[in-house]
Amino acid sequence: MKHLLSTRDLDRETAVGILDIAEDMALTADREVRKLPTLRGRTVVNLFFEDSTRTRLSFESAAKRLSADVITFSAKGSSVSKGESLKDTAQTLQAMGADAIVVRHHGSGAAHQLAHAGWIDAHVLNAGDGTHEHPTQALLDAFTMRQRRYGADSRGRDLSGMRVVIVGDIVHSRVARSNVWLLTTLGAEVHLVAPRTLLPAGVETWPVTVHEHLEPALALRPDVVMMLRIQQERMHAAFFPSGREYAREWGLTAERFAALGPDTMVMHPGPMNRGLEISSAAADSSASTVLAQVTNGVFIRMAVLYLLVAGSQEASA
Amino acid sequence: MTGTLIRGASLLGETREDIRIRGGRIAATGRLTPELDERVIDADGLLALPGLVDLHTHLREPGGEASETVLTGTRAAAAGGYTAVFAMANTSPVADTAGVVEQVHALGAQHGYATVRPIGAVTVGLEGERLSEIGAMARSRAQVRVFSDDGKCVHDALLMRRALEYVATFDGVIAQHAQEPRLTEGAQMNEGALSGELGLAGWPAVAEESIVARDVLLAQHTGARLHVCHVSTAGSVDVIRWAKARGIAVTAEVTPHHLLLTEELARGYDARFKVNPPLRRDDDVRALREALADGTIDIVATDHAPHPAEAKECTWAEAAFGMVGLESALPVLQTTMIETGMLGWADLARVMSSAPAEIGRLDGYGDPLTEGAPAHVTLVDPAARRTWSTGDLRGRSRNTPYTGVELAGAIVATVHGGVATVLDGTLVDAEEVARRG
Ligand SMILES: [Zn+2]
Repeated sequence: MKHLLSTRDLDRETAVGILDIAEDMALTADREVRKLPTLRGRTVVNLFFEDSTRTRLSFESAAKRLSADVITFSAKGSSVSKGESLKDTAQTLQAMGADAIVVRHHGSGAAHQLAHAGWIDAHVLNAGDGTHEHPTQALLDAFTMRQRRYGADSRGRDLSGMRVVIVGDIVHSRVARSNVWLLTTLGAEVHLVAPRTLLPAGVETWPVTVHEHLEPALALRPDVVMMLRIQQERMHAAFFPSGREYAREWGLTAERFAALGPDTMVMHPGPMNRGLEISSAAADSSASTVLAQVTNGVFIRMAVLYLLVAGSQEASA
Repeated sequence: MTGTLIRGASLLGETREDIRIRGGRIAATGRLTPELDERVIDADGLLALPGLVDLHTHLREPGGEASETVLTGTRAAAAGGYTAVFAMANTSPVADTAGVVEQVHALGAQHGYATVRPIGAVTVGLEGERLSEIGAMARSRAQVRVFSDDGKCVHDALLMRRALEYVATFDGVIAQHAQEPRLTEGAQMNEGALSGELGLAGWPAVAEESIVARDVLLAQHTGARLHVCHVSTAGSVDVIRWAKARGIAVTAEVTPHHLLLTEELARGYDARFKVNPPLRRDDDVRALREALADGTIDIVATDHAPHPAEAKECTWAEAAFGMVGLESALPVLQTTMIETGMLGWADLARVMSSAPAEIGRLDGYGDPLTEGAPAHVTLVDPAARRTWSTGDLRGRSRNTPYTGVELAGAIVATVHGGVATVLDGTLVDAEEVARRG
């Protein structure tokens, strides 16, 4: 694998392979010395045009545990925000000898362009591009689901037979897109729930079942309910009238949470708006995987960096 | 050399004749013997068309000289077989006064590659608030007859009504860029399954169609002429067909790129394919071709929109809208309309020369190539085939969407007012064109 740009082009075997490597990475976390020498002498650049402390720290931590040299460029206080083109930035990083570039950008397709415009040779890892994709988030979500379901017996398995309900701002969500492609590739049955204003054009062509109301989807006894973050600004653009109405119609309220099955997982990519898309009762319950998602994010990012950078080295050697 | 003799050209692809050009006019046609003071152009196997006329060109000067100038843009036009271009008003300063349109007009005349007819802004600064000095522009030396806020839509219904009425006073026409602004806030590409997948904000067909529908009704109500720029959807075609059937004075244009390319090209996020209105679906392309063939759409206009490399070498959302199109227009039309049998060469001369001249009230262009007519002539080699590249461009910018695409036909020679601007497929030197023009 040269780049990880989207989950749409991952096949089942590759996706399960990444989850399995992440299992190996998770084992190292329990050791006394948690660092692996795998990427010693390699340079991983985190290029963040869009602020995201959580994702940036997760990638930095993953790269450091693999002993890579890590350079971080953040939009604030550097040239990347001041009109320097993506091309110029990319070529600067190339000149610095970057082996892999982890890119987060507010523009959909930015990672794809970095990888394919012919500006650079480095591996490109999409850490979220606009409203397009966020593949490592979907991978860590799948990893978390598989671990909760199968525990130590996870290796080699996909998500066949699992029913996942994703609720909220689908149209603006790169997390939803990446999850739809990945989870269905892994055999899960995916349901989307949102008012029509928050559903993307052409969603009827996606391999999912769409619901406009939450109750019918929850009545299907899903294994996972994933609540997406709602941005308050959306109500000003007439996507929905008010936060209160949104919470009442599409929020995982305490009542709706109480009616879920005992094994249903509650997921959220963070950061959460408590009282809007998710109630504290749900967020703080044992059903919630929010903290596990954060931990697993590091393992998944280690696995992907390993596959891209070390994997290709072995292949070419 | 005081004259030119074009030998053996096929007029509109029909009769084979020689064409003698003297003093800016066609002096004779038929079987002619070369005279001593004549330059002879061997046109065996070539088609002669009336010089092409583009109703929608962005020449960028004044203000956008990094992308194009009147000189570089008219060189691109000549290379594409054009002898007249209508220059859009969205320059800096905006062409909303007699002073600016006269300046642009004069630059065109000075360089000589093509007649430049400025388009005047409908509203001051393209701001959509107050009418610009339409009468002053109409009465200026630039003789403005086409008014447009292109790039922006005249979206205020009252202002549009008044503009239609007022412009009619000067035998002018409003060329509307039909785009409902609220429905297209932040829009990046055609709204559909692909925009949903790519995570790019959609530009829905209804944002164009709702304005076209409103405007044809306003044209009916006022009795004024309306011209719809760059029609891009099957639904707009239906509305225009309906309006024409009711006798409403509406004309419409389609761009070459909307006749050939579809939204699928956005898949790789290559911003060369970002254009406004956006590339649409296969069904739209089919409907546009049919509408051009049956006359619902009157003309082809390039919407030639040059941009510097840095405006395209960025993420899709940050990139500028637009693509260059003067040099490639005729090859795209031959490929999409002639070789599919949907148009003959006489039709092509109508949609690319006489009809745009008529809409723009540009006298002396698009006339049949007969004795006494002004000598605006385009010679085409219909047998040529080439894989398009940026090396085929003659303007200042490189943002063509056709790189790597095989296109039929080539411009071999262009004659503007008796002056050769292109010979043997090569632009004639600027000094020579300016001196002889
Ligand atoms: Zn326009």
